[in-house]
Amino acid sequence: MAASYRYQGIGRDLQKELLGQWYRRLENAPQNGTPVAYLFISGNICELLRTFGFELVFPEVNALQCGIKKVAGNFILKAEDLGYSSDVCGYVKNDIGLATSGNRGPFGTMPRPDLLVCNYAGCNTYIKWFEALAEHFGARLFLLDVPYRRTGEIVRQEDLDYVVAQLVQLAGVCAEITGNRFDRDRLSKALEYSRAAEDLWVRILASARNRPSPFDAFFEAVFFMAPIYVLRGTPECVEYYQAAWKEIEERMEHGIGPVSEERFRVVIEGPPPWPHFRAFWELFKRWGVCCVASTYSKVGGIWDFGLRHDPARPLESLAEYAINCYTNWDWTLRRRMMERYVADYSADALVIHSVKSCRAFSVGQADVREHFTKALDTPTLFLESDLADPRYFAEAQMRNRIDAFFEALEHRRKGSVEA
Amino acid sequence: MTPEVAKPQRFWEQCDTWEQLVQCCRELTLDIGFSAVRDWKRRTGGSAIGCFPVYVPQELIAAAGCLPVSLFGARGQVEIDHADSRIQSFVCSIARSTLELALTGNLAWMDGFVVPSICDVARNLSGVWQRNFPEAFVFYLHLPQNVVSDPARDYYRAELSRLRTVLECHTGRPVSDAALMESIRVYNRNRELLSELYRQRAAQPEQWPLSHVYVLAGAGNVLPRSEHNELLEAALRLGRQRAVTRRDTVRVVLRGAFCEQPPLELLEALEETGCAVVDDDLQIGARFFAGPIAEQGDPLEALVEGYLRGTVLTPVNNPGSRSRSADLLTRCRERAVQGVIFASPKFCEPALYDAVLLKRASEQAGLPTLEFEYEEKMTVFESVRMQAETFVESILFFS
Ligand code: SF4
Ligand code: SF4
Repeated sequence: MAASYRYQGIGRDLQKELLGQWYRRLENAPQNGTPVAYLFISGNICELLRTFGFELVFPEVNALQCGIKKVAGNFILKAEDLGYSSDVCGYVKNDIGLATSGNRGPFGTMPRPDLLVCNYAGCNTYIKWFEALAEHFGARLFLLDVPYRRTGEIVRQEDLDYVVAQLVQLAGVCAEITGNRFDRDRLSKALEYSRAAEDLWVRILASARNRPSPFDAFFEAVFFMAPIYVLRGTPECVEYYQAAWKEIEERMEHGIGPVSEERFRVVIEGPPPWPHFRAFWELFKRWGVCCVASTYSKVGGIWDFGLRHDPARPLESLAEYAINCYTNWDWTLRRRMMERYVADYSADALVIHSVKSCRAFSVGQADVREHFTKALDTPTLFLESDLADPRYFAEAQMRNRIDAFFEALEHRRKGSVEA
Repeated sequence: MTPEVAKPQRFWEQCDTWEQLVQCCRELTLDIGFSAVRDWKRRTGGSAIGCFPVYVPQELIAAAGCLPVSLFGARGQVEIDHADSRIQSFVCSIARSTLELALTGNLAWMDGFVVPSICDVARNLSGVWQRNFPEAFVFYLHLPQNVVSDPARDYYRAELSRLRTVLECHTGRPVSDAALMESIRVYNRNRELLSELYRQRAAQPEQWPLSHVYVLAGAGNVLPRSEHNELLEAALRLGRQRAVTRRDTVRVVLRGAFCEQPPLELLEALEETGCAVVDDDLQIGARFFAGPIAEQGDPLEALVEGYLRGTVLTPVNNPGSRSRSADLLTRCRERAVQGVIFASPKFCEPALYDAVLLKRASEQAGLPTLEFEYEEKMTVFESVRMQAETFVESILFFS
């Protein structure tokens, strides 16, 4: 995009800067005596932990960074040398490799955890991952048990009560470790920031309903979403989304978007192949494909159907949020979400990127393809590789499949115009 | 569809030898046509409920007058064809083959399906099932993952009450506390008999071969537990009368087979190489309470307390204040074990993660280990056999 625009690139650059600052704070945590907690992205209750003064490490984000910076392969091999199977989640292996290499990655050296909070929302592998880290670091593990969101029901009160009761217990553990008391007002204040950021983020996501879409809801969203997942509940996070919104507004004003000419609009299901992110995106860009809605951008929280953190109901809204992360929804709910996205964002097709590492996502994705192609007649492209392990990306094959799919889609479109 | 294996009812009463009984149980265990279940339905007019491993409270299902059936995949007898377009190839066999069985009509007898939240595969399988078989009820059971936290107690109780209500709606009859307590007694007796069988095996492994004990336990997957109890009593009687020759074996524990099952031939191969498996987590589904659960008081509470405090530890439940490694090592000491075998189903993440930690703990405690992966449909056992032979020899000659 031309340099004459005022806000273009800000979403990416500011995000990088914020993450850089956060990583520096983490590096300095030991010498500053700041307590450190590790937790996961899905259903992360970061506001509560920050209220107690914890700096937060998200091992998934470290794994993702290693993937993008192309150092994941070595960490994964290191874990395999320690006995981890080639068939288990690459994120876990990346992290075990990192932890056993002095916890030093391209982002700096990560501090040891004073507390591991396994917010079990949407992924059972989380549990196995932190059990291994608890053993490695000899650290205390708190398991926050978040029930799976099941079909056809609103979030059940007993599910909420259950999570709230555990949050109260977790607050007790945090107080014990940090020596700080639980400050409800401070938490409510943080949740105000959360809500403000969520409003802005939803606005950005919804902008993709425009034609052309100003925003790629997958390839760009994965960067734009980072602050709301790791820095939610802070004023910087809100400022970030204000700036990012300006960038989007400017794009809308000038009718510009992530591809020079938007030819196909797709919904993408599944995570990206981090070690080959650029190459993967290019394969779509060549066809003028813009992703208008994605499920991966909802792994850390689904706000586009109205849910918000609520300062008036701090613990209950944290619980509600944790239950409503994408992979913590059962397949009926997930399928409905994709159906809605295809309709609401006027998508031409569904693209499923199925990754071996992440069974929480992938088990049943083939069934989703059946549903969309056979029951709904929505063109669906099914691709396979991995989100962490660079060995599973076969570029030539990937290119062939993508080319064939969009060629056929173009054909179909011409056919329907002529008919 | 496999041909119906027509077994006379209460066949155990007609078996004169251990071998006859074992043969009948073998057919039942491997019968993917589930003729025993169909037969039960014909006889009683009741509903049969499929239970995915591991921690389904079958006592509750039986108390509702239904037959809980433990599903353990297709025992290597089907090609994955239809299921391939639902669940991909990098997923464990049991999820794929169970689905294949259903898609090919072999589970048409199933009136409901209870899926516990043991792993990502099982969780997602419940949703795939719902779309493909909308007519059967699917009950997703959330097992508390923090068993030492107080809220887990109320929550799990509510989960069980919900299952009770679903069963009541399905059958149109209430599940009384008395019926539930009676069901708990029957299951306690079943656990007692199975433990006795395992105790006998630990004392004299040659007398009670693993593959035999396995199918005796396996018959319980498809029979009402009261009948299985009679069968096990008959088995204990017949087993004691067997004359066997002693041989040099090493006493081992086997871990990793709590959900997907290895082929029977693999268990036989291990025995042939001289591994006397004196403790295992095979088909743990049916005997996941480590001991009897309370037979007085509130029966639902007994199930809750049993789950929170008294389960056998596997990679898919929360150990709470216990430790899986300490638990394994204690078991090894109690059973005077000389080595540990980690047999994990290929692609089973929970088993594969735990194998790393438990193997390390075993080796640090001076116990030799053997590790391999298996699949339902594996047919060549040479490599496992060779590894096991080396393992046995190294223990016999060098330790
Ligand atoms: S299985 Fe998926 S959600 Fe779970 S840790 Fe791995 S990549 Fe993350
Ligand atoms: S074999 Fe393992 S991965 Fe498969 S369903 Fe069972 S526990 Fe889950």
